[in-house]
Amino acid sequence: MMTTLIRRAIQAGFVVFAMTLIVFVGVNVIGNPVDILINPDLNQAERLRVVQNLGLDQPLWRQYLSFLHGLSQGNFGDSFVYSKPALDVIVERLPATLELALCAMVIAIVVGLPLGLYAGLYPERLSSRLIMTGSILGFSLPTFWVGLMFILLFAVQLGWLPSNGRGETAEFLGARWSFLTGDGLAHLVLPALNLALFKTSLILRLTRAGVQEVVMQDFVKFARAKGLREGRIVLVHILKNLMIPVVTIIGLEFGSLIAFSVVTESIFGWPGMGKLIIDSINLLDRPVIVAYLMMMVVLFVSLNFIIDICYTLLDPRVRLDGKG
Amino acid sequence: MTALLDVRDLVTVFPGDGKDLRAVDEVSFQVARGEVLGLVGESGSGKSVTGFSIMGLVDQPGRVASGTILFDGEDLAKADLETRRSLRGRRIAMVFQDPMMTLNPVLRIGTQMTETLHAHETLSRQAARARARDALGLVGIPSPEERLDAYPHEFSGGMRQRVAIAIALLHRPDLIIADEPTTALDVTIQAQIISEFQRLTEEQGTAVIWITHDLAIVSGLADRIAVMYGGRIVETGTISEVLEHPRHPYTRGLIRSVPSENTRGTRLAQIPGVTPSLGRMPAGCAFRSRCERADGTCAERPGRFGGARAYHRCFHPHEEALA
Ligand SMILES: Nc1ncnc2c1ncn2[C@@H]1O[C@H](COP(=O)(O)OP(=O)(O)OP(=O)(O)O)[C@@H](O)[C@H]1O
Ligand code: SF4
Ligand SMILES: [Mg+2]
Repeated sequence: MMTTLIRRAIQAGFVVFAMTLIVFVGVNVIGNPVDILINPDLNQAERLRVVQNLGLDQPLWRQYLSFLHGLSQGNFGDSFVYSKPALDVIVERLPATLELALCAMVIAIVVGLPLGLYAGLYPERLSSRLIMTGSILGFSLPTFWVGLMFILLFAVQLGWLPSNGRGETAEFLGARWSFLTGDGLAHLVLPALNLALFKTSLILRLTRAGVQEVVMQDFVKFARAKGLREGRIVLVHILKNLMIPVVTIIGLEFGSLIAFSVVTESIFGWPGMGKLIIDSINLLDRPVIVAYLMMMVVLFVSLNFIIDICYTLLDPRVRLDGKG
Repeated sequence: MTALLDVRDLVTVFPGDGKDLRAVDEVSFQVARGEVLGLVGESGSGKSVTGFSIMGLVDQPGRVASGTILFDGEDLAKADLETRRSLRGRRIAMVFQDPMMTLNPVLRIGTQMTETLHAHETLSRQAARARARDALGLVGIPSPEERLDAYPHEFSGGMRQRVAIAIALLHRPDLIIADEPTTALDVTIQAQIISEFQRLTEEQGTAVIWITHDLAIVSGLADRIAVMYGGRIVETGTISEVLEHPRHPYTRGLIRSVPSENTRGTRLAQIPGVTPSLGRMPAGCAFRSRCERADGTCAERPGRFGGARAYHRCFHPHEEALA
């Protein structure tokens, strides 16, 4: 077990290293930050000084090496725009995105899993058909449109909920969080629901498909033949088999919530990483883009790692050291 | 003697092609306490569906459409869900055909055994575990204590079927429905499991419905036999009666197609043709399309000729004993 964990960690390290190269080269290809960052009124000598300060006069491989060197000390370089370490700029925004993604994921699981279970167990009921129709809507309506509708309805028309910013925040674990204050929580509702809608539909449909496959299995019939109560059959025999695909999706979707919450964050003026990265791309703030992308690589690698570990906990047939 | 199980005119249908197709068609039979009934027939003849109907486990959207299933005097076809649940596993148990599929892959063997006990009795976890362990020992699983913590994939097919049998025997049921429990296993294991199953059910006085398409197994095992074709029981009686003096042409064909000492080296007589699918069963006698004795009379549905425990459904039964 231990040796496999170490082997996995080395593999992960290799993936991350390969990604540094891809990300670094990729970011260099999309444009020259000098054109955007430097005041066009400056004269030639002044321009040169700025370029040298930013290290942009060096050849690409040298820039990459010094980037790697910085990286080995946990340093992504300073943001061109904010003039402070790129990592700090991102980490400041992390709690906002994290709590939004977490809330959305919790909603998606709490709503999607039971509804999917119900629709899978009783597919012929009218309520199940309604649930499935609803999930198609949640699946196909564009997130930005739903977000705008939410704002129109709940913020503008009804005036029930705020629709811009994080509201009041409170400090916890050295970061500021909205969910700890009533006002912050109210601000969280609409963007979280907006983000959750698609994920809910996804988990719901996946769960339903899983249930329909599992209930056909002989072992469910055998569980009934043993005289088990329906509750135990559903909650233990069916659900435990279902969790394997569901956990995979939850893990990967959680990553994508963090990485791609751009649209929702923009619509609701949520000062998270999604908004930051859009701004950084517009300004070609290379260190921030690179740091952000690297963080996402690490995030997905870690999530995959966690999913693998979950597998071994959920499915006795899978062993980390096996071929699996 | 009143029968433990008395099935009368059982009809189980699956919707299809705009009408209900009868997978089990007016089936009647009895099983006395401690008796072994062999339920024999080709694939698709309705043996499993008969077993599931008794268990109340017919797959949706199939259902028991009519008939009575008297178990110890109570009509299961009319019983409420909780009554049926409390009988399942406790007084009527079932062992399935494919041992690779009957155990839940993500639950420990011990859990799958003790949950069966907890479903029907109030007992401590330790007591349940001890009973599960003893049951495993009984069906010949070595070091049962450790095996309780193993998962199904750590067992061979034969061992899994032993576990399933141990689960079925946990509550010392009055009746076990064994649905081809050995067909998926190789021949030596088959013989072992059959003989152990036989020994245990005999010791516990359990009645058994042994479902199989293999006449040879049944002839060594059962007290009585019921032959199914196209969802109907076409002939039933004691083993010796039916095997030595089969009246129905289908029973005769079935017996002739079993290899034995005196047929060695000769071509086995196969019944010509194939079983039609449910939707294409001929009206009247279902066997009409393959029967060499068929005539105009057979366009009528043959009734039951004989009593409740021994009858056949043929207008032109063979009178002579089998050569
Ligand atoms: N879930 C189902 N839905 C529709 N039809 C079914 C279903 N289960 C069984 N049937 C039909 O009922 C008939 C009897 O099937 P059954 O499984 O009882 O046969 P069997 O005698 O057990 O055969 P085998 O030896 O292959 O197990 C078949 O024609 C089958 O197609
Ligand atoms: S009733 Fe007619 S068709 Fe049916 S088995 Fe008897 S002789 Fe054959
Ligand atoms: Mg069958």
